[in-house]
Amino acid sequence: MEIPYTVELRRDTGLNNGKIGIWLFLASEVMLFGALFASYILIRTGSPNWPRGDTILNVPLATFNTIVLISSSVTMVMAWASLKRNRFGTFRMYQASTVLLGGVFLVVKYFEYSHKFENGLFPSTSNFLALYFTLTGLHMLHVIGGMAVNTYFWGPGAKLWKTNPDWFTNRVEHAGLFWHFVDLVWIFLFPTLYLL
Amino acid sequence: MTSDHAVDHAHDIDRQVRIYITVFVSLMALTIITVAISRFHPPVAVAVSIAMLVATIKGSLVACYFMHLISEKKLIYAVMALTVVFFVVLLAVPVITHNNGFWIH
Repeated sequence: MEIPYTVELRRDTGLNNGKIGIWLFLASEVMLFGALFASYILIRTGSPNWPRGDTILNVPLATFNTIVLISSSVTMVMAWASLKRNRFGTFRMYQASTVLLGGVFLVVKYFEYSHKFENGLFPSTSNFLALYFTLTGLHMLHVIGGMAVNTYFWGPGAKLWKTNPDWFTNRVEHAGLFWHFVDLVWIFLFPTLYLL
Repeated sequence: MTSDHAVDHAHDIDRQVRIYITVFVSLMALTIITVAISRFHPPVAVAVSIAMLVATIKGSLVACYFMHLISEKKLIYAVMALTVVFFVVLLAVPVITHNNGFWIH
C-alpha cells in the first residue's frame, strides 16, 4: 500500500504529511526541553549559591562546539538546496559534512565529560552539574539520533533519489528540520550553562 | 515556458543560498558577541537579559531561514503558536511562584 501525501500536498492543509508530522514532533520536543529549562530556573532561583558556568566548564571548547553545530546546520540546509538544484553529488558532500561536524561535536563533548570525571565532577556532585549533565546529555542523544538519520539518507536511504527524487528531497528537508532544532536547543543551552 | 520556470526556480534557490550564507555569518558574529560580553562579568540580571536576547535572535534566525518558518503554511504557524503559549506557561510557573523573584542569586 502506497503512503499518501508524501509529495503531493493535502488540499485541507496545503502541506505533505511528513512535514506536519515532523513539526508536531518538534512541538513535543520543545515541551520536553521546556520542562528541563523550567527545572533549571526553579533549582537556580531556589539555591542560595550558584556558580558561574565559566568557573566550572570549558567556555572555549563550548564556543568551538557552538561554531561546529551552527556550521552543520548550514551544511544541512545546503544539502537540501543541492537536491532542489538537482545536484546529487553536491548533496552527498554537504550531507557527509553535516554528519562529520556532528561527530566533531560529540568528540569535543567526550573530552569535556572525561575532564569532568577525571576531576571528580559527577552529576551527583552538585545541582549545577546535575543540570549540566542532564541537559547536555539529552541534547547529545538528539545529536546521535540526528546523525543516524542523516547517515541513512547519505547512504542506503539515498536510493530513493533514483526512483522518487521529490519524496527523497522532502525526507531530507524533514531530517533537516530536526537537525536545525538540535542546533536551536544548543543556542540556548550554551549561554545558559556556560556563560551565566 | 517550462525552461523559464526552471530558470526562475534556480534563481529562487540561488537567492535562498545567499540568505543561508548571510544568516551563517550573522550567527557566528552573534556567538562571538555573546562570549565577548560575558567576559566583562556584568551583573547577573544584565548578563541573563543580554544572553537570552542574543540567543533569541540567533534562534529566530535558525527557525525563520534554515527551518523556513518565514514562509510556512498557516497550520505550522498554528502548531508553533500553541507550543509557544504552553512553553511560556511552563517557564512562567517557576518564575511567578518563587518568592524572591527572578535571578536574585
